[in-house]
Amino acid sequence: MSEMSPSQRSAKHESAGRHVSGKALYIDDFHRMPGLLHGVPCVSTVAAGRIKSIDISEAVNAPGVVRVALAKDIPGDNCAAPIAQDEPLMADSEILGLGQTIALVIAKDPGLARDAVTKIKVDYVEEEAIPTIQDAIAKGSFQGTEHKIKRGDVDVAFSNADLVVEGEVFTGGQDHFYLETQCAQAMPTDDDGILVQASTQHPSEAQAKVAEVLGIGRHQVVVECPRMGGAFGGKETQAGPLAQMAALGVFLCGKPVRVRYNRDQDMLHTGKRHPWFSRYKAGFSKEGKLLGVQIEGFSNGGWSLDLSESIMQRYLFHLDNAYYIENLDFVGKITKTTVPSNTAFRGFGGPQGVVVIESILNHGAEALGLDPAKVRKNNFYGDAPKNRTPYDQEVVWEDNRVHRIYDELMESTHYFERRMVIESENEKNPFVKRGIAFQPVKFGISFTAGFLNQAGALVLIYADGTVQLNHGGTEMGQGLHTKMIAVCSHELGVLPGAVRIMKTATDKVPNTSATAASSGSDLNGQAVQHACRQLKQRLRPLAAELLGVMVEEADQLAFMGGYVFDPSQKKRIPFSDLVQQAYMRQISLSSTGFYRTPNIHYDSVRGVGKPFHYFAYGGAVVEVEVSALTGEYRLKKVDILHDVGNSLVPSIDIGQVEGGFVQGFGWLTMEKLIYDENGLLLTHAPSTYKIPAFGDTPRHFKVALLERAGQEGVIHRSKAVGEPPFMLAVGVVTSLRHAIRQFSSEPLVVNLDLPATPEEVLKAIYRQQGRL
Amino acid sequence: MSTTDALNICVYGSRLLGPTGGPIIEYLEYLGDLMVNASETTFRLGINGEWYEVSREVSTNQTLLEFLRYQANLTGTKEGCAEGDCGACTVVILEPCMASKKLKIRAVNSCLLLLPMLHGKHVITVEGLANAGLHPVQEAVVANLGSQCGYCTPGVVMSLFEAYFRTDLSSEWQLDDQMCGNLCRCTGYRPIRDSLKLVAGAASSEELVKLSACYCFPEEVSRVEFSDVGGNYFASPSDLPELLELRAKHLDALLIAGGTDLSLRITKLNEVLPKLISLENVASLRGVCVEEDSVWVGASTSLADLESELGAISPLFGRMLRYFGARQIKHRGTIGGNLCNASPIGDLPPVLLALDAQLVLVSVGGERRVFANDFFEGYRKTALRADEVLAGIEFKLPSGLTREGAYKVSRRRELDISVVAAAFAVELDDSGVITRARLAYGGVAATPVRAVHTENYLVGNLWSEETFTGALKHLRHEFKPLSDHRGSQWFRDELVCNLLFGFYHEADQGSMKRLEVEHSSTLCLGGGWT
Repeated sequence: MSEMSPSQRSAKHESAGRHVSGKALYIDDFHRMPGLLHGVPCVSTVAAGRIKSIDISEAVNAPGVVRVALAKDIPGDNCAAPIAQDEPLMADSEILGLGQTIALVIAKDPGLARDAVTKIKVDYVEEEAIPTIQDAIAKGSFQGTEHKIKRGDVDVAFSNADLVVEGEVFTGGQDHFYLETQCAQAMPTDDDGILVQASTQHPSEAQAKVAEVLGIGRHQVVVECPRMGGAFGGKETQAGPLAQMAALGVFLCGKPVRVRYNRDQDMLHTGKRHPWFSRYKAGFSKEGKLLGVQIEGFSNGGWSLDLSESIMQRYLFHLDNAYYIENLDFVGKITKTTVPSNTAFRGFGGPQGVVVIESILNHGAEALGLDPAKVRKNNFYGDAPKNRTPYDQEVVWEDNRVHRIYDELMESTHYFERRMVIESENEKNPFVKRGIAFQPVKFGISFTAGFLNQAGALVLIYADGTVQLNHGGTEMGQGLHTKMIAVCSHELGVLPGAVRIMKTATDKVPNTSATAASSGSDLNGQAVQHACRQLKQRLRPLAAELLGVMVEEADQLAFMGGYVFDPSQKKRIPFSDLVQQAYMRQISLSSTGFYRTPNIHYDSVRGVGKPFHYFAYGGAVVEVEVSALTGEYRLKKVDILHDVGNSLVPSIDIGQVEGGFVQGFGWLTMEKLIYDENGLLLTHAPSTYKIPAFGDTPRHFKVALLERAGQEGVIHRSKAVGEPPFMLAVGVVTSLRHAIRQFSSEPLVVNLDLPATPEEVLKAIYRQQGRL
Repeated sequence: MSTTDALNICVYGSRLLGPTGGPIIEYLEYLGDLMVNASETTFRLGINGEWYEVSREVSTNQTLLEFLRYQANLTGTKEGCAEGDCGACTVVILEPCMASKKLKIRAVNSCLLLLPMLHGKHVITVEGLANAGLHPVQEAVVANLGSQCGYCTPGVVMSLFEAYFRTDLSSEWQLDDQMCGNLCRCTGYRPIRDSLKLVAGAASSEELVKLSACYCFPEEVSRVEFSDVGGNYFASPSDLPELLELRAKHLDALLIAGGTDLSLRITKLNEVLPKLISLENVASLRGVCVEEDSVWVGASTSLADLESELGAISPLFGRMLRYFGARQIKHRGTIGGNLCNASPIGDLPPVLLALDAQLVLVSVGGERRVFANDFFEGYRKTALRADEVLAGIEFKLPSGLTREGAYKVSRRRELDISVVAAAFAVELDDSGVITRARLAYGGVAATPVRAVHTENYLVGNLWSEETFTGALKHLRHEFKPLSDHRGSQWFRDELVCNLLFGFYHEADQGSMKRLEVEHSSTLCLGGGWT
C-alpha cells in the first residue's frame, strides 16, 4: 500500500505556466538593482606557459570600470577545482590552458567591462599547446590515475575465436548548449555574509568554493538556485567559478556583482563532454558471441582533473553496455591537455563507453554477415554465470529487463520484416538507401563516488494545511520539482496545489550532492518521503483521537486528497483541521528528511564492487534514409521502449526520454567541435555549432514506457531517467552503417567516423564503394 | 539615365507591391491621433499596446533585445546567442502594410533588430500575450509539456503566436519551416510540434480584428534623421529620392536593410556602427512583380515575401529558400542584403547567376544595370559604388524547355550555412540538344561563381547521362575550394560534381518539385519509398 506510486498520472511541469508567460525568472532576469556591477573575465590567449607581466592600468581607467581583480586580490584559497587542488580561479603565474581566467574586470555595465577587458595587456612566456588526445599521448601528458578492470584471459579468448577484430573509435566532445548561459550574482548581507544566486546544479559546492576563495566559513555564504535554463552536467562544477568571481567582486567592491557569460564566452571558456579515443580488439565466435574484449581508452581531461576520474570510471563501467563478456581487459587513462577542463555531461562517460562496445558489435556483425540486432541479443546478460558485470556486480535476473524490451520492441516495430523490405527496396534504388537498427541500453544508477549518494529535505507544514517543500535537488528542466511535489502531496495526502516548492537554497538543506547522475528524484524523493512520514507519524495519534479511532489503529489512517480517513474510510477530517489542531496542541509541524543509498561500494584498485543501486534499461529501433550523392540523411522512424520502473510522472519521463535521445543524436551526428592547432575553439556559437533543430526530429517518434517494471528499493518503485535514453541514439549510427553497407554489392565492414556528418557519411559510402 | 527613370522603375515595383509572406489581415481601424511624424529627431515604437517615444539618450546601436530586457524590464524575452541562431529572443512585430491596409504579424529575432529600425512598428513580447488567463498558444505548450527548462519557451511561444494567425500552414514541411528558428535543448521538439499542430491557424476572425484594433498605427511613417547623444547617426528615409540623397551625402554610412548580418558586428564583435541609413521605410524598394515571364524584385523584399511570391512558380527560388534560414531570419533578411554583402556562401547569388539576373543600381546620378555575373568582383567586394543603392533585380523566368534545380548541402538541414550551394538552369531545344547552360555555385570560391568551362562543354550536346558524365570531367577541375569548419576541400569537390550529376537524374525524372515531402537530401531522388 505505502509503496504504491504517488499518482502514475501525467502532470504538467510545475513551472510551465511561468515558462510560457515569461514570468519564470533566471538569474540574469533578476532586476538590475541600483549599484549592480558586472564582472567579465579576462582570459589567457596562450595555451601554456607563464605570465611575465600583467598591465591593467589602462583597463582600470577605462569608462565605468570599478575594479580589476587579479589572483593576488583573492583573500582565501585561489582554487576553483571541485576535488583535486589543480585549478586556480585566476592564473597567478602558470598558464594551464587556453581561456583560463587571468583577471576579472568589474564595471558598471557589462559592455563597458567587456571593452575594458581588451585593454588588459598580458605578456606571456609561451609554451607549446597540447590540444588533443593524440598530442598528449605523444608527449606522455596524463593526469589522475589509470583505471583498470580485468576478468579472465583475453589472449586465450582471442586464440579460441573464429573472428578477431581490431579498430579505433573516436568520439568528439559536445557542448552542453543549455539555452541559458552560465550566470551568477552575489550581494553582501548586513551581517558580513554573502548571498549568491546562481544557475548551478550544485549549490553546496558553489557555497563551499565561495567560502574557500573568500577565506570565510560556509555559514557566511548562502547559495540559491531558482531554476536553470538547462544544465545537462555543464553547471555541476563549471558554475562554481562564476559564483566565486561574483562573490570576489562583492568582497572587493562592497556592491552586488553579476557575472554572466555570453554564448561565445560560455562555449570558449567552459568544459565539454570529454572527447575520447579508444582502441579495441575483440574475439567473436562465428555465431557472433563475444568471447573476449580488450579496450584501451583515453579521455581528453583538459587542463585539470575536474570530474575526469569519475567520468573515466563510468566509461569503464559501460564498456559492457547490456552484454556479458567473459574475458575482458579494460584500461582507461586521462590525458592532460591545454583545453578548458572537460566535465560532466549527461551520461558522464557512459555514452563514450557504450559507443565502443556497440562499434565492436557492429564490426563483428558486419564481418560475419549477421544481423547486428541478433548479435546484440545473443550477447545480453542472462542467468548465472552470465550475470556478472566486468566489475563483478550481479545483473539480477529478475530485474534484467533487456530481454523483455528486445522482444516487445522487435514485435511492435516489425523489425525483422522491415529489415527484409528495406534490403530488397534498397537494391532498386541506387541513390538512396535505408537502414534499420536496434539499440539497447543498460545504465548503472548511483553516484560512483559512494558517499555522494545522500540527500536531504525540509518540509514545513503551516497551520492552514499548506506546505512548503525544500529539498537538495535543483531544477534544470528535468521535472524534478514536479516529481517532488507528487511525492510530497501523495505522502501527506494533500492536493498538489497545497504544496509549494521553494527555490533550492543551502540555508534550507545543507551539504547536498549535485543534482546529477540521474539521481535527483531517487535520492531527494526518498528524503522528502522520509520527512513527510515523520510528520505523519507525529500527526497520527491526534488524527486518531479526532476521528474517534483507537490509538493502536493510528497507523491505519489514510492521508488522501486533503483529508485523513479512518481505517474504514467512512469518517474523515480535513488535513487543514488536523494541522490546525496539531498547532494548538504544540506539535512540531516541520521536519527534515534524509536518505542514503544502502550497500554501494567499489574497490577501484581491484576493479570490483557494487557501484550501482540498480540498472535502468531501454531499447530503440531506428530507421534512417541516406543519400548516396551528398551523404545527407534523415531519421525516418524512431521507436523507443524505456524502463523507468513505475514512473513517478509519466509525462515528465517521456520528455526526458525524447530529449535525451535527440541530444545523443546531435552528439553522434552533427555537433562537431572544431579547434585550431592551438586548441582554440572555432565553433563557439550556434552559427557554427549545430545542435538538432526542429526538423531533425523524426516525424515518427514514439516513446513507450515499459509496463510492469517496478524497481524494489527506489522511491515508489520508480527509476532514474535523465541519462540512460541518451545512449539509445547510438542506434542511429548502427542504422547508418546498415544503409551505408548496402551501397556496395560486396559489402565491407563500414568505416564511419563520428560525428556522422553528411561529409563523414559520404566518405564512408565512398570507402564502401572502393572510391576512397 | 536620369533620376526619373530610376524612380519609374521603383514605382513599377511598388505598384504591384503585395501584402505577402506573413499572416495578413484587414488593417481595419486607424485611431488617428498617433502622430508618429511629430518630430524627425525621435522615433516611436509600440510595445505590448503602449507607444513609446525613444529619446536620443538611447544609442542607435541599441538592440531591441537589450532594450526589452534591461530598459523596459521585460525579461521574458531571452538572449540565447545574440546572433539570430537560437530564437530565444523571438518577438512578434506588428506592422501595417501601407499599400494594402493590412496588418503583418511576423516573428523576428529581437537580438538583431536595432531599436530605431522599429520606428512606427509595434512589438509584442511574451508578456503581452496573456490577459486574464494564458493565451491559447501558451496553454498548448503547457498541456503538451513543450517546456522543460523554459528558457527557449518564450521564443517558442512567439513563433507559435505567429503561426496562430497563419492560415497557410497545411503541410509538415511548413511546420518545420515555421519553428526551425527556435532551438530547444531539452524536449527533442516532439511536444512543440504537437503544440504547433494544435494552434496553427486557430485564430478566429474576431481575434484578428481585435489585434489590429489594439495597436493604433500611424497612417504613414515619417522620415527620421538624428544623432544619439553619443554622436551616432541614424537616418530612415521614407522614399527613394531621399534615400539617394542621403546616400550621396553620407558616403561613409552603412545601409542597413534587415540587419540580420550587419547587426552581428554590434552583438558579436562589440563594434559601434556610427552611421546607419535604414531602408526600412522605403516602400518602393519592396515587392515582387511578375508579368508573364518577367520578374522584378525590389531589393528590400524580405526572403519570406520572396518565397511566398516566387516559391511556387520558380523551383530555383522555392528550393533554395526552403532551407535559407529560419522564419525569423526570412522575415527580416532581404534579397538585396544577401547580394550586397557578397558573401561567397550567400545562397541566393547562385540562383541569380543561373537566371542571368540583372541588378539595377541607382544613385542621384542615374541608374545602371549589371549582370549578376559581373556584380561580384572579389571576396566581399561588389560593383556597387559608394553612392549607389541596389534598387532591385530583374530576370526572366526560364522557358518550359529549361531544366532547373537548386541545391544546398549543410551540416544541419535547417538554419545552417551551406557547405556548397548550387543552382542550375539548362535549356534544351526540341530535339533535346542543350542550347544554354548556367551552372552556378556558392561556397567553392571567393565569390559566387559559374562553372563556365563546363557550361561551354554542355552546350551543343544532347541532354543525356553520357553528356553529364563527360561534363563532370571538366567540372572536377573548375574550382579550387577551401577546407574550413563547414567542410573539407574533398567534400566540396565531390558535392560540386555530385549535385550536377544528381540534378541530371532528378530533372530527367520530370519537372522539379518543391521540397514538400519528407526528403532525406537536397536532391529528390527517392523513387518509390513509402
